[in-house]
Amino acid sequence: MIAEFGLAALWLAAALAALQLLAGVLALTGRGEALAGIVRPVAVMQGLLALAAFFALILLFIGTDLSVKLVAMNSHSAKPFIYKLAGSWGNHEGSMLLWVTVMGLAGAFVAFVERRLPEPTMLATLAGQAFVSIGFYAFLLMSSNPFERLDPAAPEGNGLNPLLQDIGLAFHPPTLYLGYVGLSVAFSFAIGALITRQVGPAFAKAMRPWVLGAWIFLTLGIAAGSYWAYYELGWGGWWFWDPVENASLMPWLAATALLHSCGVLAARNALRAWTVMLGVVAFSMSMVGTFLVRSGILTSVHAFAVDPERGSFILALLAINIGGALTLFALRAGTVTEGKRFAVVSREGALVVNNVMLSAILGIVLFGTLYPLVAEAMGAKVSVGPPYFNPMGAIFLVPMLLVLMVGPLLRWRRDSFSRVGKRLILPAVLAVLAAGVLAGWSGIGVLPFIGIVLAAGLAIASLLPLRERNFRRTPLSVWGMVAAHFGVAVALFGMASESAFSVEKLVAVRAGEATEVGPWQVKLVNVEPVAGPNWTALEGVLSASYQGGDETRIRPQARSFWTPPQQTTESALLTRWNGQLYVVLGGEADDGRWQLRLWWKPFVTLIWYGGILIALGGLLALIGRVASDVRRIVAREKIADRRESQGR
Amino acid sequence: MKHFLFLMLVAAFSLPLVAQEQSTAPYAYRQLDDPAQEEQAQDLMESLRCLQCQGQSIADSDAPIAGSMRSLVRERVAKGEEPEAIREWLVERYGDYVSYAPRLTSLTWPLFAVPLLFAALAFLLLRRRFGRGGGQ
Repeated sequence: MIAEFGLAALWLAAALAALQLLAGVLALTGRGEALAGIVRPVAVMQGLLALAAFFALILLFIGTDLSVKLVAMNSHSAKPFIYKLAGSWGNHEGSMLLWVTVMGLAGAFVAFVERRLPEPTMLATLAGQAFVSIGFYAFLLMSSNPFERLDPAAPEGNGLNPLLQDIGLAFHPPTLYLGYVGLSVAFSFAIGALITRQVGPAFAKAMRPWVLGAWIFLTLGIAAGSYWAYYELGWGGWWFWDPVENASLMPWLAATALLHSCGVLAARNALRAWTVMLGVVAFSMSMVGTFLVRSGILTSVHAFAVDPERGSFILALLAINIGGALTLFALRAGTVTEGKRFAVVSREGALVVNNVMLSAILGIVLFGTLYPLVAEAMGAKVSVGPPYFNPMGAIFLVPMLLVLMVGPLLRWRRDSFSRVGKRLILPAVLAVLAAGVLAGWSGIGVLPFIGIVLAAGLAIASLLPLRERNFRRTPLSVWGMVAAHFGVAVALFGMASESAFSVEKLVAVRAGEATEVGPWQVKLVNVEPVAGPNWTALEGVLSASYQGGDETRIRPQARSFWTPPQQTTESALLTRWNGQLYVVLGGEADDGRWQLRLWWKPFVTLIWYGGILIALGGLLALIGRVASDVRRIVAREKIADRRESQGR
Repeated sequence: MKHFLFLMLVAAFSLPLVAQEQSTAPYAYRQLDDPAQEEQAQDLMESLRCLQCQGQSIADSDAPIAGSMRSLVRERVAKGEEPEAIREWLVERYGDYVSYAPRLTSLTWPLFAVPLLFAALAFLLLRRRFGRGGGQ
């Protein structure tokens, strides 16, 4: 019954999306002005129906209804509750349902609250949102129906990939999808503004909070995904340049550029065409990412959906949406001018550098991710990995970070280095000091060296915009910018430090024996069997002490799941302020000794703290912007009221 | 019926054990005594693909073949071979796919041309933007 309800809700939502598009187009073209009034309510209803369908699927998974094919394929009655819940989106159909749900809700939210733009632009925006949604509804209903029944019902489910049975990963996809699909709003805004030719500061101000919101979730999603890979895969790596990771990084790069160019457009009415273009590109990258992950064209650690038939459908959607948007852009490019001009040394100038560099990095990640697929189609197999992406990305990242130190200090329109030069002495001194200290260290690679030096300079430079400011009068958005830029320095330091100073130790020890890794003394106490709800494991009991200090017990596990049968390693982490001890229990050798893999990773946690700071910066900016918008609206209403009462 | 259940259980428990079978090559899970050599080996291992796994380097995998390759890399580094020579030897045997660092060949030149192109494009774009009478 629940499955049929969900399917019906999904069909209805698709029909409403079609109505939303039709009514929007008719109202815009002047053949049905009366229909303009229904577009917003229909958008809201469509979002709510998609949400209802998603809830139906969650209920099916929680109840483990094995007469539904998707549940039987991906769940198991003995699974803990939280993973039954997470199982509903940890598969192809469920994640696509999550996609259309987020897309519907984003459209509903825009329809419900956004009143700053001229109504025709809003109609075009909502029609655009509906157009993209219809494609994904069709994909879901025609080739990925999550509510398909199984007759007769399965006696028991197949279970969920044990690697995914982890609290971090349970909430990783929804977070990431809120960001991924939230960018569809920026896409639709860009389409709407292109159609009505209303690209200006008002458009940028209206679009900015939506981009910020999506960007915050993307940032958190990427950071969480990276931490999950770090502790769950059991090898201590936190970024692999895996295509699936790149798929989440590309929209983030585009959204970061968009965020900054939005600022220029809102404040100075410049970079008009460029900002619209980035709005299109950002969500296009989300769709490209979905194609890569969902089509099964890749086979990688993350790609748990493998079904080549669906690839062509998504590819068609990609071609229609991106091709359509770019065609519209080309048609309108002549009428959307670039806007006001500015000097090289100016806030705009710095932001243009940021945009160009981010776009170049995006281009390299996209090309490096797709090229192995192209080569394979030509009959040759190549691999593109860290030795390619790290230096190629650095070529553009380093100049960008250098400009980032100056940019926030510059005035709009026109400024001079002599004015801000003095303020940069402190960061420069700190960077040189860091370089001096590191030069004495042997065996640090070029990139980690540059990374630490830049991080030292940027950490100070990012705080400079607060100097000579009254803290209580500093707008929240400035605090947000400072927090985010400081976060970049923090994350960069963590990455460089992990790469430069990590210590690895592989040993085989008997119970009672001890070993050393970096400043740590680690003793294997014993190994004992333990059991969980759907796994058994060998658990190593170890005691670790930092430089001969107090002993702490840590318990890494080697788990065996039985549905589906698979081994996972549960690493044990011991976190101090200055880094993490990372311990993995390996196999048993013939002579009764146990394999241990140990790492001491100085300041590795800063990678994710930096990510959280960046997201927090976004949140502060979002709150600041929305609050000032609300204040302005309230003030305007008051003035209108007063005029009305005076008029009487 | 009881026997059947028992067999199922045995099957369920023995499968993971088979899957976990680790490499017994001497240096699969053993570091070289010389830390400088070990670091060289580690850097190389991180940039070689495990051919049996999905998107993992041989430094990040428990697969038997990854273990054997780690052992091979460490043994050769211990003998004093240059890491890049070892990479070349492996590429010759297993093809370009095994190395995460693409070489410059007739197949892979676009990978190196495109960043150059982007750099040139970025330079031109910035120059055009600011070049003519940028002070307006």
